[in-house]
Amino acid sequence: MNPNDIIKPENLVYARPRLLDERNTHYCPGCSHGVVHRLLAELIDEMGLEDKTIGVAPVGCAVFAYNYIDVDWVEAAHGRAPAVATALNRLNPEKFVFTYQGDGDLAAIGTAETIHAANRGENIVMVFINNAIYGMTGGQMAPTTLLGQKTATTPYGRRADLNGFPIKISDILAGLDGTCYVTRQAVHTPAAVRKTKAALKKAIQNALDKKGTSVVEVVSTCNSGWKLSPAKSNQWMEENMFAKYPLGDLKNV
Amino acid sequence: MAKVIGAVVIDKDRCKGCDLCVVACPTDVLLLQPKEVNDRGYHYAFTAQPEACIGCASCATVCPDACITVYRQVIK
Repeated sequence: MNPNDIIKPENLVYARPRLLDERNTHYCPGCSHGVVHRLLAELIDEMGLEDKTIGVAPVGCAVFAYNYIDVDWVEAAHGRAPAVATALNRLNPEKFVFTYQGDGDLAAIGTAETIHAANRGENIVMVFINNAIYGMTGGQMAPTTLLGQKTATTPYGRRADLNGFPIKISDILAGLDGTCYVTRQAVHTPAAVRKTKAALKKAIQNALDKKGTSVVEVVSTCNSGWKLSPAKSNQWMEENMFAKYPLGDLKNV
Repeated sequence: MAKVIGAVVIDKDRCKGCDLCVVACPTDVLLLQPKEVNDRGYHYAFTAQPEACIGCASCATVCPDACITVYRQVIK
């Protein structure tokens, strides 16, 4: 059968989500950011939240997230996304507010804001992209960098005596009373992407139901920073990252 | 038995040639262009074996640039 006979609107299984802008992303080929952006755009559309959503873009690779998903956005100072989201959510309790942060933003400069927003149990969703490196600035060591991992600032590998240990910030957040849902997912295979979508959906529903703070950590790749091809990065992530950052729900109340 | 056939359409100008769809495809439908590049200089993905497609949308699910549209038809 000719493929052109199948390409009809009634046979459509999957198309680019309506809320994802036409413009090309600035992300490197194979970057996990693109997948998470797409999932958020799909969910906001499916749940009918297009006019109710306010996103808070961080500093990091996702600083231009407001260019790609067609909802309202606020750009926060570095690390301060949870603080800005707190204000937005308290002033507009009927809106759905989420932050989209990387490991440099959420686990390094913004640790205080993150922990206190989660501890207060603000009704927001924090999407946390953990790729164990500072991608935007050129691949320096992040707090989440694995022991032994080579980066621009740890060329011989991260050492515990010199650089300290990798931080599992989601585990810390799961221990706080304000969080209602903390999960760690990945987007390296079709099955993992579907699970991440389900986790994001649950987190959004929690925010709408005013149950507290939801944190969705997505263990991601940074193939430019890791100096690997996108497919090899996924493999490296499975072999190394998942040992330190095991996938699954950390807290589900 | 009903047979499922699928078809994928790739927006070649949006594609960045990351190869993730090629890895994700269970029936080896997709490949990257070995020589040709798109406007931005990437070796974009194309359907090397379109007849093998089952419309599972695995490629579109992992695509970071949302450049794949998937169609599926069940033939009884």
